[in-house]
Order: sequence, then C-alpha cells, then structure tokens
Amino acid sequence: MRVTKSFALASAGLLLATSLAFAQSTEIRVGAPLEPPALDPTAGAAEAIDVVVYQNVFEGLTRIDQTGAVQPGLASEWTVSEDGLTYRFTLNDGVTFHDGTAFDAEDVKFTFERILAEDSVNAQKALYEAISAVTVVDPLTVEFTLSRPDGLFLFNIGRGDAVIVAPESAANNATDPIGTGPFAFVQWDRGSRVILEQYGPYWGEKPALTKATYVFIGDTATMTNALLAGDVDGTYNFAAEALPVFDGNPQFKVLVGSTEGETILSTNNAKSPFDKLEVRQAMAHALNRQDIIDGATYGYGVPIGSHFAPHHPYYVDLTNTYPYDLDKARELLAEAGYPDGFSATLKLPPVNYARVSGQIIASEFAKVGIKLELINMEWAQWLEDVFANKDFDLTIISHVEPFDIGIYANPDYYFGYNNPEVQALNETLNATTDEAKRKELAQQMQTIIAQDAVNGFLFELAQTGVWNAKLEGMWQNAPVEGVVLRDVHWVE
Amino acid sequence: MWGSHPMTLYILRRVFGFLVTLLIAAAVIFLLLDLLPGDPARFILGINATPEAVAALRLQMGLDDPAIVRFSNWLFGMLRGDFGLSQTQKLPVAGLIAERMSVTLPLTLFAMVISVAIGLPLGILAARHRGKLIDTALMVLAQTGVAIPNFWFGMLLTLLFAVTLRWLPPGGFTPWNEDAWASLRGLVLPSLALALPQAAILARVMRTALVDVSTQDFIRTARAKGMTFGEALWRHGVRNALLPVLTILGLQFAFLIAGTIIVENVFYLPGLGRLIFTAISERDLVLVRSATIILVLVVSFTMLVVDLAYGLVDPRLRERRI
Repeated sequence: MRVTKSFALASAGLLLATSLAFAQSTEIRVGAPLEPPALDPTAGAAEAIDVVVYQNVFEGLTRIDQTGAVQPGLASEWTVSEDGLTYRFTLNDGVTFHDGTAFDAEDVKFTFERILAEDSVNAQKALYEAISAVTVVDPLTVEFTLSRPDGLFLFNIGRGDAVIVAPESAANNATDPIGTGPFAFVQWDRGSRVILEQYGPYWGEKPALTKATYVFIGDTATMTNALLAGDVDGTYNFAAEALPVFDGNPQFKVLVGSTEGETILSTNNAKSPFDKLEVRQAMAHALNRQDIIDGATYGYGVPIGSHFAPHHPYYVDLTNTYPYDLDKARELLAEAGYPDGFSATLKLPPVNYARVSGQIIASEFAKVGIKLELINMEWAQWLEDVFANKDFDLTIISHVEPFDIGIYANPDYYFGYNNPEVQALNETLNATTDEAKRKELAQQMQTIIAQDAVNGFLFELAQTGVWNAKLEGMWQNAPVEGVVLRDVHWVE
Repeated sequence: MWGSHPMTLYILRRVFGFLVTLLIAAAVIFLLLDLLPGDPARFILGINATPEAVAALRLQMGLDDPAIVRFSNWLFGMLRGDFGLSQTQKLPVAGLIAERMSVTLPLTLFAMVISVAIGLPLGILAARHRGKLIDTALMVLAQTGVAIPNFWFGMLLTLLFAVTLRWLPPGGFTPWNEDAWASLRGLVLPSLALALPQAAILARVMRTALVDVSTQDFIRTARAKGMTFGEALWRHGVRNALLPVLTILGLQFAFLIAGTIIVENVFYLPGLGRLIFTAISERDLVLVRSATIILVLVVSFTMLVVDLAYGLVDPRLRERRI
C-alpha cells in the first residue's frame, strides 16, 4: 500500500515536472548582474537599461544586428542624397505603441527634437548633433537634414539612445516604458525583476517567446547557484572566473563572443612625466599583454595594439608596435631622464578586470622602476575624480562605445591627448561616407595612436554568456549594449 | 504642579533626548553624504555625456541649490511626512521603503523566531549539564556558529537545498499578493542563514545567565525544598535568566534589520539592505539619507520605549538626574 502511494506521488511529481517544462517552452528567465535605475534608454547611460529594453520594448528607425551591421527597423528603407546631408526614411505602416496609439513621422520628429533640446538629458546627445532639421514629409515619410556628412549616422540612430518614443508617454518611460517593440513592459518588482510579455499587435515578425523575466542577481556565486538550480535560464555576460563550472556541463552552453570594449591603461598625457613620448613607450614595452589577459580575463580577452575592435573590418593589427621588452623599457626611461624610474598612482574602478590587471601591471612596472600605488575606487568617485576632474596618473577602463576612436581627437577628453594630425584625420573621417576611404583613414588613426603610445592598449573584452543548452537565438557578440530576445527560442 | 512630578520630568527628558538625537543624526547624515565624492548626474549619464546634458540633469535634480537650502527642504519635507523623490528611480522614497519592508521585516522576524527556537533550548541544555561533555560540545558548536559568516552559510544552504535537492528556490522573491506560499518558501533559506549566528550568540548568553542564576540563594532554597537541580533551574532559574537574554534580543533586532544587507544580496531578495546598498553606489542621495533617517528613527524610538518601560518598572531610574 505504502509503495503504491509513494509511486502515485512520484508520478504526480513527474507530471508536474513535465507540465512545468512545457509551460517553460515559450518563457525565459534571464539573469542580469545589475538592476537598471530606470527604464528609459534615452535618459541614462546605464548598460542595464538597454539590457532589458533595447529592441525588446523600444525600437529605433534602424536596428543593429549581432554582427554590428545596420538593418531596417521602424524605417523599412531610406535614401541618402549625393552630398550625404539628406536622409529620407520610409516608415513601416501599421505600427502601434504598446498603449495602442499609432506610430508615425511625428513621433520620429518628437524623438529627435527631445534628444537635441536645450534641456535634454540624453547620455549620447553629442552623437546626434549633426542633425539640423527633422521634417515630416507625410505620416510615413520623414527627412533628416545634417549640417555635415556623418559616416556613422545610420548606426547611431539604431542605438538605444535614439529609440522612438511617443509624446504622450515619453515623460513616464523611466518607470512605465512604452515603445513599439515585440515585447511590452508588464511589471517591475524593484530590487527583484522586470517582466515583459509579447505584444500581440506587433507590426513585425512575432518572437517565439511569450514572456521574459529579467532577474537581478549581483553576486557571481549567487548567479552560479541560480543557474545550476534552474532559477534562471541564462545570463548574457558572466564573470570569466565562474565559467569552468559550466564548461563541461551538458545542460549549459557557454557562448564566447566579442564586445566593443577596448580595455586600456589610460594615461594622463597632459601630466608629467606622461607627456614624454619615451615614458609612454617605455610603459608600452613593459606590458606583458598575454599575462594580463590570462590573469584578468582567464584568457578570454583578445589582444589589441591600438584603440580599435579586432573584429571590425577597419582593424589593423598593431600589437607588435612595442613588444614586451624590459631592457628596452629601462633604456627609454633613462633617455627620458628617469634612469631610476618614478612613482605614480593607478586608480582602479570596481570591476574585476581592472583590479586584477592593475596588480599585474604594477608588478611588471616595478621591474623597470615605475612604482605604482593602487587606489581602488567606486564608480561614482571614479567618474568624478578621473573622468570629470582629470585628477589621475593612470587608470584602467574598458571603453565600450562602438567605433569610439574619435575620443582621441578631443583634447579635452580625460586622458588629455592633443595631436592636431589625429584631429584633422578624424574630421575627414567623420565627413567621409565612402567605405574604402573611411577604412584607410581609420587605419591611419589607429597607427598614429599606437605609435604615440597614448594609452597602454591591453585587450578587447569578450562577452561570455552562459545559457541553458536548449536555448537558441541569443546574441553571441555585443556590438551594442542589449540582450535582444527577438530570435530566442527553446528547442527540444 | 504636574511639571515637578518625577515621572513626567523623566518622560520629558527622554522625549527631548530622542528629538535631539534625531536632529543630530539628520545633520550628520546630510553632511557625510554631501561630502561623498561623486556627482549623481554624471553617474546617471556616463562618460559620453556632454557637459550641457549633465548640467541640465543637475538642475532637474535640484543639486545646484546651496547645501543649507537642500538641508532645510529635506527637514521640513519630512515634518510634513514627505521623504522626497528618489533621484534615480523618480519615485517617492516612502513608498520604496515600505515596499522593501515587506521583505526585510518578515525576514528579520523569522530569523529572530528561529534563533530563539534554536538558541534558548540549547543554552538551557548546556547550563543544565554544565561542565559535562554535552556542555563542552554545545559551546564549541556555538563558538563555530558565531564564527561562520552568514553569507557563506547561506551559500552552503543553497547548494544543498536548492541546487542539489531542489526543495527550495535558490533566491529571489515572489510578491506576497501574487503567491504567499512562494513568498514564504523564498524566505526559508535566508532566515536560516541569518538566524544561525544569532542562535549561537543567544545560546551562549542563555547558558551564562542560567549559570549565574543557578548559584543564587533561591535556587538553593528550591533544592532544599526537594526539587532536583534540573527542576529548580527550569521552574525558577530560566525566568530570571531571561532578562539579560531579552536585552540581547532587543539589540539583535536592530542588528538584524541592518544586517540583512549581505544575506539579501546572496539570496537576491528585494529588501531594505539591498535598496540602500544600491542607492549608495548610484549616489541616490535623497533615497540614502531618507532611508537612513528612517532606520535611525525606528531604532531610537525602540530605545525610547524601552527607556520609558524601564522607568515604569524601576523607580530608581526616575530619580536619577542626567
């Protein structure tokens, strides 16, 4: 009798388990390390915002795909004038926002005027400053006039910072985001999770998932347990030190892809002794890239020799400009007038790759007489001290913006590099739309920056996702910030 | 006439002290947060923002007013029951805190109940068999319990009950109004993790108190009346030993409320500790200072009530001048 009863219980449990597995087949729980402070991607820089809403809740005129290429989004097609100053977009018909209101050219005009307004709080406002006018031609046609040609214009309007919002709802997007995407925002349990559900009247192809829950888990060990226990189905970029747990496990797959994060030993070029080329060259010779990559990223980083992403078609390999050579480094230091080296500070933001790289670099530099004092900082403090006030000698940071070599043309940027030649090249590059020409210009810039040893170029961050083995369609690379769920689906 | 009544004077002194404590705490909190390096607007907009965008946001957040204006706005706002608007979440702070309390308060209460249920019996058992093997064993266990960090113990619990056995969720929290049973299940492991070190402390305090009491005259009298040592300890000792234990419990409650922060991170619970932790790193100054002052208020109010209760029980306290 007892046997029968426990058997019945067991089969009931089995039934429950199967029905749970079935119920799960159109739902996903994604683990995210950071909770977004708000959900409006046009009013904040936090990656956590885009992770939840980019291309899921909100869409732009164009859409960046996982190779970084520009695809049609809310605009089905466009034409560019000969001089590269006028873009005319044809918009998709029948698009509605999640509150039921219709999308048309007026919303596009509103969105970009909001970005460019005097009191705009858009984190990337500078990217859109070439736009001088947005004209509504008819409800489904909109024309952009630029004050100068902009080779990255179509890419930039596909970013999270330029997603289309409606005048009726834009003010509340921070807490109650309303976009045109395949998923509508349902609920945000603060401190815990955000729930999205498939938007029935979506204009484009319907996604396979009906429901997506983002669960916020900050601690690496906790996230590991949540994955192992099946409480979350995956996470898009997991700490490299935890990957061995999942590597040989058939229930999981580890997706290793590229990001736009050039990780550099950022150097205050405006400050002595770093204003001397020989000093910067000596530091470059003292960097053992492979050691740093193995130590700080468990081997997942890709070496870089300049400020450019290795997977980009314009990339040129400059990792051998200043090969690892301690004698050469000592020689250069002596030439610069520092035969016994010098002391400096290295300010480190609270990310693992920076803290570990910092320790390795400090021990390498000590061998040539450069004594580094490591100072750990919080993000807010780092942003103020290092970034805004330029009060630093050295720091380690990953620059995650796509195609951001232009920062080397800004003498007011925090690392204080002032080279008129690079500034002129950048101006020409921005105004050039011809691909072959752009490539040549970008490669010239990379080369000059590498030879000037502006910063210590370390590695390109990898994206290392851990997902349930039965999930397909996740982005392997991260050309822009976001976890795009459009193509994600379960397979048996 | 009533003013000279010792009890009234005692109460007035205590209430005055309570108010002064709050005012000083408010000033200290405000000053410390104002001195904290890091610009909240810059934090929100990141490293590519134009200076104009940062300036626009600072204006929107009211960060450019002089400190004394912001301090008095905050104080008078609180007097009207308005704790301000969170700078990053753009929601009323009072609501955010109340929401988080629905996790932290039950968690703290469960942890207290569990620690009492485990700690007191073990303490009594140890005192009953003082000097014997069982006493030594229990006290070694208690010492270990005090030494084990609760987050590590929480990890072990998760590995066993969530990852291996899959009896309980590894973390997370389902809102009470959605599925109360799931909410309860979510709190089991974190309360256990939180309770263990507290139970160990309670066991040690209980044992020491009982051992002290057991040398008192009234226990000897009870023994003389024919009770066994165990009976005498149980009937007369425990009740008298509870006083120091209650004092410790009161302190533990305040400690637990604040101490949930690590456990809430380990079990990704949306509690008060995690709210304050995130707010500090995001430089949400309004949220941090209002949440902190509410904690100060709760703790000093508890102290006030305890003080007043002591005054009622013990007449000697009323007479003393402070």
